[in-house]
Amino acid sequence: MKLVRNLLDSTKGLVEKDGKRNIFFPLWDALNTMAFVPGHTTHGGAHVRDAIDMKRTMVMVIFALIPALLFGAWNAGYQHYEVALGMESTLMDNFLYGMGKLLPLIIVTYAAGLAVEILFSWLRNHPVNEGFLVSGILIPLIMPMDIPLWMVAVSTIFAVLIGKEVFGGTGMNLLNPALTARAFAFFAYPQWISGDKVWVNTIAENGQGVVDGYSGATALGQLATTVGKGMNNPETQSVVNMFAADGQYSIANSFFGFIPGSIGETSALAILLGAAFLIYTGIGSWRIMVSMFLGGLSMGYIFNLFAVNEFMNVDPLHQLLIGGFMFGMVFMATDPVSAAQTNKGKWIYGFLCGFLGIMIRVFNPAYPEGIMLAILFMNVMAPLIDHYVVEGNIKKRLKRANA
Amino acid sequence: MSTETKKVAKVSEPLFSKKNRRLLSDPFNDNNPITVQVLGICSALAITVKVEPAIVMSLSVLFVLAMGNVVISLMRNIIPNRIRIIVQLVVVATLVIVVDQVLRAFAYDVSKQLSVFVGLIITNCIIMGRFEAFAMANKPWKAFLDGIGNAWGYAVILILVAVVREFLGTGGLMGIPIIPESWYIVNGGVYANNGFFLFPPMALIVVGVIIWIQRSKNRKLIED
Repeated sequence: MKLVRNLLDSTKGLVEKDGKRNIFFPLWDALNTMAFVPGHTTHGGAHVRDAIDMKRTMVMVIFALIPALLFGAWNAGYQHYEVALGMESTLMDNFLYGMGKLLPLIIVTYAAGLAVEILFSWLRNHPVNEGFLVSGILIPLIMPMDIPLWMVAVSTIFAVLIGKEVFGGTGMNLLNPALTARAFAFFAYPQWISGDKVWVNTIAENGQGVVDGYSGATALGQLATTVGKGMNNPETQSVVNMFAADGQYSIANSFFGFIPGSIGETSALAILLGAAFLIYTGIGSWRIMVSMFLGGLSMGYIFNLFAVNEFMNVDPLHQLLIGGFMFGMVFMATDPVSAAQTNKGKWIYGFLCGFLGIMIRVFNPAYPEGIMLAILFMNVMAPLIDHYVVEGNIKKRLKRANA
Repeated sequence: MSTETKKVAKVSEPLFSKKNRRLLSDPFNDNNPITVQVLGICSALAITVKVEPAIVMSLSVLFVLAMGNVVISLMRNIIPNRIRIIVQLVVVATLVIVVDQVLRAFAYDVSKQLSVFVGLIITNCIIMGRFEAFAMANKPWKAFLDGIGNAWGYAVILILVAVVREFLGTGGLMGIPIIPESWYIVNGGVYANNGFFLFPPMALIVVGVIIWIQRSKNRKLIED
């Protein structure tokens, strides 16, 4: 630490306002505040501050993401070597394979996002925003691993620019930047981000081709194929069998995460570990997580009641374990900026995120990631929910005062 | 102190006086119908996927707006106030039918592409907006200049948005491919078209970015 401190102190003169290299000040400031708690004092009215500042809050989220990240990296290799190609491979092989795919994604995302952030910190004269620290790691976790890197860069730039800077930077954004990036990629380059071919790398290795009958389809992709076919159709039945207790997408496999999908989303267990950490540290809102879970569950039960195809007939709990629901619930919907702010608002917001997410996913199989669209939609609605919660509270209190 | 009142000489204004020139130039920047008045957004979203229909649409609006402004301005003193909207609508509708028939006769393909949107020029907010705000209170020549100016201001944005959307969305302009085939991923290259630009929401975002850039250049437009 002393080395870092000395380095920062010795370069301080260069980057200060009248220094020679003052264009690097935002970068220097970002490093300085990231490594050390800055010695800022409050000005203005309220002097009470939380013990940890925003940069350290963001770092906590990254800690919470680590289980999902490590498991996802291993699963990428596992899906590639053992499931798709039918080869034997060690735990380390699998893990290194996944990390090899993940690291370029992370580097490109940070480079593209921070470039925009630094550009704006010059233009607008504000320090580099902490928010991107988390977005930069969330984006690689929700992208397919073989997506061309420049697409990731373009999506990230779009998300930071249109999702955040337009509204005034971190803390002002209407939409969750990471989901904005994914939504952009989803609509702009659908071929590389949806379908059966993108989630598992099926390139032959050591002359070992893909196992007969293997398709890289995600659980949602498989279920989508049953829509519009009779429930007794043999093809439908073969899909249903995959979701049975001994099938490829069984409830246990979905919970532990041995299924194809984007790197971060597959393992509900790893995500729940992160969730526990976020709730314990008080950074993620448990109200949103619980209400979103309930929302998804109730939509699942409603679909069960009126099931006309196998997609609607999936066990509600199982429905929540596949696709991006868990990841969205824990890391996307709880974004403190774009979610509802009031406690009552959080319940409504979370419930509708889950409810609409499952609805979009099942009703429109072309959008398997209904969760993404539902959360983005509810991000836009969150201020409205808060407005009515606050208004309702004012009315209630007025009534009590006037009574 | 003289008791004589000064006789105000009625000087006839030259055709392209400074004031009149401003009628033409203001809508390009300070008073652009799309980016400043935020009128005519509907058609800016709907027909900017390709450049060709955008150009035809702009010309149609130019004709309807200039002619309509002149007609309304000529009638401005005899239109009863209560039914002025209906009168204005009749004038627009007549002109739009003329445009529609001419397009069908001479440019059938484009007319098919524009389909319902030519008819919808009637409801283009810019036209009714200029009739109400300008033509009802000004002389024909000024109204004509105002119509031309606003139509061009509209056209500039429309074509700009269409160029961005067609180029990024399909890799070409006016239907002619610009990005070489070999650049595409399917042919072993690295490039792919951005399908998002073919959806209307992207038009909204492109218009938004144009407004953003314009306002950061033109400080006058920023209201507190």
